[in-house]
Amino acid sequence: MAEIVIENLRKNYGDFTAVQSSSFKVDDGDFFMLLGPSGCGKTTTMRMIAGLEMPTSGQIYIDGEDVSGKPAADRDIAFVFQMFALYPHLNVRNNIIYPLKSEGMPRAQIKAKLAEVSKILGIEDILQRPVSGLSGGDRQRVALGRAIVRDPKAFMMDEPLGALDVEFRERMAEELRALHDRMNATTVYVTHDQLEAMQMGDKIVVMNHGVIEQFGAPQIIYDKPATMFVADFIGSPSMNFLHFAGKVSANDTRVLLGDHAVEVPRQLAAYEGDLVLGIRPEHITLSDDGAYRAEVLASEYLGTNQIVTLNTAHGQVKARIRADQSANAGETVGLEFDSGRITLFAEQSEKAILSYLNEGVLEGG
Amino acid sequence: MAEVVLENLSKSFGATVGVEHVTMTIPDGAFVVLLGPTGVGKTTTLRLIAGLEKPDQGDVRVNGQSVLALNPAQRNVTMVFQQYSLYPHLSVRENLAFPLRSPLLKTPQEEINHKIRNVAEVLRIEHKLNNKVTELSGGEMQRVAIGRALVRDPSIYLMDEPLSSLDAKLRDELRVELKRIHQSLGATLLYVTHNQIEAMTMATHVGVLQNGKLVQFGSPREIYENPVSQYVAERLGSPRINVLPADLFGNAPKGAKTIGLRTEHIVQGSGIEGRINRVEHLGDHTRLHMSLAGHNMIAVMDPQNPASHGDTLAISPQNPLYFDADGIRIL
Repeated sequence: MAEIVIENLRKNYGDFTAVQSSSFKVDDGDFFMLLGPSGCGKTTTMRMIAGLEMPTSGQIYIDGEDVSGKPAADRDIAFVFQMFALYPHLNVRNNIIYPLKSEGMPRAQIKAKLAEVSKILGIEDILQRPVSGLSGGDRQRVALGRAIVRDPKAFMMDEPLGALDVEFRERMAEELRALHDRMNATTVYVTHDQLEAMQMGDKIVVMNHGVIEQFGAPQIIYDKPATMFVADFIGSPSMNFLHFAGKVSANDTRVLLGDHAVEVPRQLAAYEGDLVLGIRPEHITLSDDGAYRAEVLASEYLGTNQIVTLNTAHGQVKARIRADQSANAGETVGLEFDSGRITLFAEQSEKAILSYLNEGVLEGG
Repeated sequence: MAEVVLENLSKSFGATVGVEHVTMTIPDGAFVVLLGPTGVGKTTTLRLIAGLEKPDQGDVRVNGQSVLALNPAQRNVTMVFQQYSLYPHLSVRENLAFPLRSPLLKTPQEEINHKIRNVAEVLRIEHKLNNKVTELSGGEMQRVAIGRALVRDPSIYLMDEPLSSLDAKLRDELRVELKRIHQSLGATLLYVTHNQIEAMTMATHVGVLQNGKLVQFGSPREIYENPVSQYVAERLGSPRINVLPADLFGNAPKGAKTIGLRTEHIVQGSGIEGRINRVEHLGDHTRLHMSLAGHNMIAVMDPQNPASHGDTLAISPQNPLYFDADGIRIL
């Protein structure tokens, strides 16, 4: 298996820049997610790694070797698409061993490989079946089998679960991740679903308009977003933004939200102007006597907890609170913020302001 | 708006049971969600109310009057489908006006204008009224489809998975919007879905269907906290309720075959030791995929907890649910 390093990768289509200047590293054995809305450049990035697109500029290294100019066939990468492309006239067995046959592998070796792969995927009992009659899950497994059987350096997966319905998708996601844990194969996975990325990924690259917004472990990205885009895209409901005008100086541990002082992580940079206070729904608690007042608009019961929507002087916020705490529409309540979890953003640049919380993450982003 | 009563309603298609002996009252102004997996009879129930299917047995009453003898148009119900069916050659405004121009209604133009304005405002599509529907995004098209139902003043709105073809972000938005619309109009709504979040967050009442039968009917909280069976317990809650052998922890009541543990029924730190196979950091909480005495289960932890793959964790139940050999809840 392999380590993949991307350096200043860029792709233009005429005047349109699909990928601006990406740099990141996929460690050997990582399950690596490229996440972003449609059109953000995630699929283009993956296709460049696989050699299906040639970069306009920049380098791609696989295990230290510069492959930027090499054709796809010489990169030893297996691709799994959203629509499982199987040969409809062949049975499961022949679909899986097709790549090995075309390489001219000796028959005994093919047989051993097939036995190994079908065991990993749990499809030993359907090897003789035609693929046309298979369920969606089995088709997916066969497509994976055909990728695995080649022992490639890395797997590229382009929304492989996108076409499946919700309940089944969750099961397949677990299966895919368990498969990865057994094989430890370097995998790059493209998705627009933030939950899928958080659930399956060791690391996530968040992209928007061809630019990498942030790169890191799921929980770090969630807790310490580098930009307002990341804060909004990751998490459901997403991070709350309270808009206010004010200033912060280095070493400040509080900001004035209107006339209300809010404790924040020690700030490491100065900024004056339009600011945004970002806080996750689960870091807001409701209290009767809290000084920062808000009106309850609605509550959504979720069983383990509930989401309460509130109106404040600085915009609407959502709080995730215990299901047994009462919050009735029309009531006025106080809000308390978990002060260690607050990120301040500069409204204009939409970037996080450096603080003790996100120190080390922002430079790395 | 109206109260709709289903009484002992049954419908089969050859040997296949559509719905069987369904009795249910949809109170005036309620938002009732029928929940169940594909093929359970949800859509058939809607179609029976709309008059698109004829029941083999039973009655449908609207405000106390049987409507079985009426055709779909006379029943005064509106239906929103999963796939928005709009007229592609007409503008948003014309699509919204279409139902009002029906010869049965003969709505005056002034009233049509007034209604379209109201509905467009509620759905936040005022600025799109003169656009062709083909120029809209998927979410906007579905809002127009919902709007076409809302311009009428039916006795009940019937909705068949109206959000399922939309992407996640948009679905979240429209969910909140539908609930708001329901509250501001005081409308009676029957909504069909297999999506538990939609059922939990929007419904005033949830009806759970199993093989064509209504097995439980109540508020989302009742259904979640007091399910009558393992089947119902598995319909609501994310992650799904863990179902383990009843004798695993001891102290099981007589007749119990399985113990149902939602994540909030699990006390960590004492009891039986399990192994953590995988840790999922979902941001607001962390999921632990564990094996416990050879059984897979999921527990939930605070994101700050440093638990990792390969660790052991002891767990014990707290106010769990017990089910008998038939999956029926033991109280």
